Amino acid sequence: MGNLIGKAVKRVEDNRFIKGEGKYTDDFNMKNQTFAMYVRSPHAHAKINNIDISSAEAMDGVVKVFTGKDIAEAGIVGSICGWQVDFKNGDTMKEPGHPILVADKVRHVGDPVALVIAEDKYIARDASELIEVDYDILDAVVDPKAAVHDGAPQVHDDVPNNKIYEWEIGDKESTDTAFENAHHVTSLSFHNQKLVPNAIEPRAALGHYDSNEDKYTLYTTSQNPHLARLIIAAFVLSIPEHKLRVISPDVGGGFGSKIFAYNDECGILWASKQIGRPIKWTADRSEAFITDCHGRDHVTDAKLALDADGKITGLRTKTYAAMGAYLSNFSTCVPSYLHGTLMQGLYTTPAVHVDVTAVVTHTVPVDAYRGAGRPEATYSIERLIETAAKEIGMDPAEFRKKNFIPAFDGVSQPGYQTQVALQYDSGDYEGALNKALEVSDYEGLKSQREEARSKGRLMGIGFSTYIEACGIAPSAVVGSLGARVGLYDAASIRVHPTGKVTIHSGAHSHGQGHETTFAQVVADAFGIGMDDVNVVHGDTENVPFGMGTYGSRSLAVCGSAIMKSVDKVKEKGARIAAHKLECSPDDLEFANGAWTVKGTDKSVGFGDVALTAYVPHDYPEGEEPGLDFASFYDPANFVYPFGTHICVVEIDKETGEVEILKYVAVDDCGNIINPMIVEGQVHGGIAQGVGQALYEGAVYDDSGQLLNGTMLDYTMPRADNFPMFETDHTVTPCPHNPLGVKGIGEAGTIASTPAVVNAVIDALSDYGVKDLQMPLTPQRVWKAMNNNGKL
Amino acid sequence: MAKKSITININGTPRSGEVEDRLLLVHFIRDDCALTGTHIGCDSTHCGACTVLLDGTAVKSCTVLAVQADGREVSTIEGMEGAALHPLQEGFFEEHGLQCGFCTPGMIMSAKHLLDNNPKPNEEEIRCGISGNLCRCTGYQNIVKSVQYASNKIQESESVGGE
Repeated sequence: MGNLIGKAVKRVEDNRFIKGEGKYTDDFNMKNQTFAMYVRSPHAHAKINNIDISSAEAMDGVVKVFTGKDIAEAGIVGSICGWQVDFKNGDTMKEPGHPILVADKVRHVGDPVALVIAEDKYIARDASELIEVDYDILDAVVDPKAAVHDGAPQVHDDVPNNKIYEWEIGDKESTDTAFENAHHVTSLSFHNQKLVPNAIEPRAALGHYDSNEDKYTLYTTSQNPHLARLIIAAFVLSIPEHKLRVISPDVGGGFGSKIFAYNDECGILWASKQIGRPIKWTADRSEAFITDCHGRDHVTDAKLALDADGKITGLRTKTYAAMGAYLSNFSTCVPSYLHGTLMQGLYTTPAVHVDVTAVVTHTVPVDAYRGAGRPEATYSIERLIETAAKEIGMDPAEFRKKNFIPAFDGVSQPGYQTQVALQYDSGDYEGALNKALEVSDYEGLKSQREEARSKGRLMGIGFSTYIEACGIAPSAVVGSLGARVGLYDAASIRVHPTGKVTIHSGAHSHGQGHETTFAQVVADAFGIGMDDVNVVHGDTENVPFGMGTYGSRSLAVCGSAIMKSVDKVKEKGARIAAHKLECSPDDLEFANGAWTVKGTDKSVGFGDVALTAYVPHDYPEGEEPGLDFASFYDPANFVYPFGTHICVVEIDKETGEVEILKYVAVDDCGNIINPMIVEGQVHGGIAQGVGQALYEGAVYDDSGQLLNGTMLDYTMPRADNFPMFETDHTVTPCPHNPLGVKGIGEAGTIASTPAVVNAVIDALSDYGVKDLQMPLTPQRVWKAMNNNGKL
Repeated sequence: MAKKSITININGTPRSGEVEDRLLLVHFIRDDCALTGTHIGCDSTHCGACTVLLDGTAVKSCTVLAVQADGREVSTIEGMEGAALHPLQEGFFEEHGLQCGFCTPGMIMSAKHLLDNNPKPNEEEIRCGISGNLCRCTGYQNIVKSVQYASNKIQESESVGGE
């Protein structure tokens, strides 16, 4: 009891999962339930001449078939874009429509054209194969940069040159001047490739309309059930919000891909009312590949300007960012406000200019995926930094130290104002780098590298020193930048008469361990046991309106809402305790689960106060009974975790295969509540970032076919791809939230990708290879070694 | 479509059904037997979320037909706990071997197969042994430690039992 902060408490949620008793959306069933199957376009771009559903409809066991015509006749619009980013010339962002079922023209492989509902899932699949769609196939465009050219195939008639917006941030003029006066310029061009999130649980929905209650229920795989309810009720289906209950039970990973209110889930809910029966839909993996929002897909030219002393004087990037065929909920803010604003990294760069053109292509929509914009920014910066250091002959660690923003705590020293709008909260970037150098034994590593090379082995060391912005906020600021939602969170604390506590959290836990971390925070605050606290989340009928879980925000934002409720409980509790102890609340101090009159041994316990609040026989005059508070917390600023990752690789000369020999991660996420959970987040993040560097990437052909749309073809990181990661921390508390915490969910992914690529390029330095495009497959690496660096 | 009568012994309990030839074992387990601990994460035998033991050998139940399992023994995650948690279940808890929990049942069943055949695997053997199972959350590190934990625990209990 008490003193739980910083302890590696084992996870309370694990019990059900290790027994196979977790309850995920597909595990729920309803009486009289039907099963749905979407019929999807096999073409990236095609005009629909006719859809013949007659054979499917006639099949035994088929309940109903809907097409785009039904949706259009019902007057339903599809899901919406939640962030308006306008053109830099003032023109309004283009927002093409996104129908739940397409009636006229398909725009990516996977675009749905019909919805089959049947008595069982096998019949639904059989019937879907009987639907005949007559398509006229059209030319497609998949390359974001090619999409803006005159004459390129148009994705939407109302989006000229496929441009959604042209956006910029930073000072173009001063950046131009910096490059004109530069002593040295480093230039690189990247395709930060399109990634498939592949949460292991596919998306699913179980929708039901209860005509007696005139009420809808949707079980679904959502990272943010309230946001899903808001979008589905208020914008897509026009259901009164109180008539829709969204339940997001156990969810098998999200990584961003389950933030969004997808059309598929909306269609299931709508159709359930039309047929008067519950409908279950569960995507299969091949379907997930062509429907779950992808990540990244940035084509970028990046340049860094240096003076004669090796100081960075300017950074400039130009990016074509693919949105895919339609605008997913938060697609537009990813390459702009989550990417451009991070482009100063943790350096003193005095002039920065970032130019982004967001374009539609005939591919699966793109939206936030673990890191969302920040990995793309960090990749550009950290590849430039490492390349520049090599070009001017400086050690990459020394080059970074020369250009780091000096340490500041955000309390006695102010936050650091960047050239691209953000004010960093607190940081000690050199501190994290020094620790990583020490933990990795950098000097020893350099000797090993030298020795390996002398024997003809290809060993490389790569750095990544990153900063990220988490817990995006405050609402008023993001609203002024085009966000159509607030970015607060909410939590209530219900103290029961026996002194036990239930936390109702607006954040949703799908692997992050909130049921443990949140309980830990509250048990510590009240001096009670972990067993005395439980956490409820994921049901719009049971938790306050929270914004959910993404962007490494849960503890920084929802945890702060929890702390606000804790304070309210303590404040009221003190008044009740003061009444019982016949003193003033000011005379009391709370510690070890009791209010004590300062300087005495007179005290009353947390449980006694709780009981008194609910059995208020002897009670302060005018005080309401009960001990139950809800709070909303809108942060004052983002939080800014940072750190240094060092990767050591060896390349097999014969095959081009990259092996990670050593991986050291030093992260600073502010105060740490549960180091075991933090470490676990770092491990998973590193693996996902290594996946981008070495293995993953959606491959499209020119006709818009996804060539690797199964797990057979798309390489996912596996257990035998990794060594044991070495993790460590520095602690620079966040100065503006009650727990002093930052965020750790995405750090590993943001940091690891450039660290790995930098290491591989270092290993290939004898071959004169300056850059390679991800993923660094054995084939690409081998070709680089065997063709003078050219592919 | 014609149906066949089958009986599969799942976790020691005979489960009978009238099934189509094409019914996947994983659907029989999940839908007909309501044992939802076995999960479905892909459709190409790659993710391993549906791993069960068929006559003691790890198989991906999305690529086995229910009729193929007729008359045979199947073990799922629900059968792992006896009087106490299985050492693998304990290992996953102790070593933080899971986050979202979706891959966990399949991962535990694959690890069971590994330890049944190689009670003292080294790190490389563990990584190889679970390389047919995907986890997107953990980076596998703590899963490896969980299996090591279980291996040690099983060794300890056997040596105590043998004294």
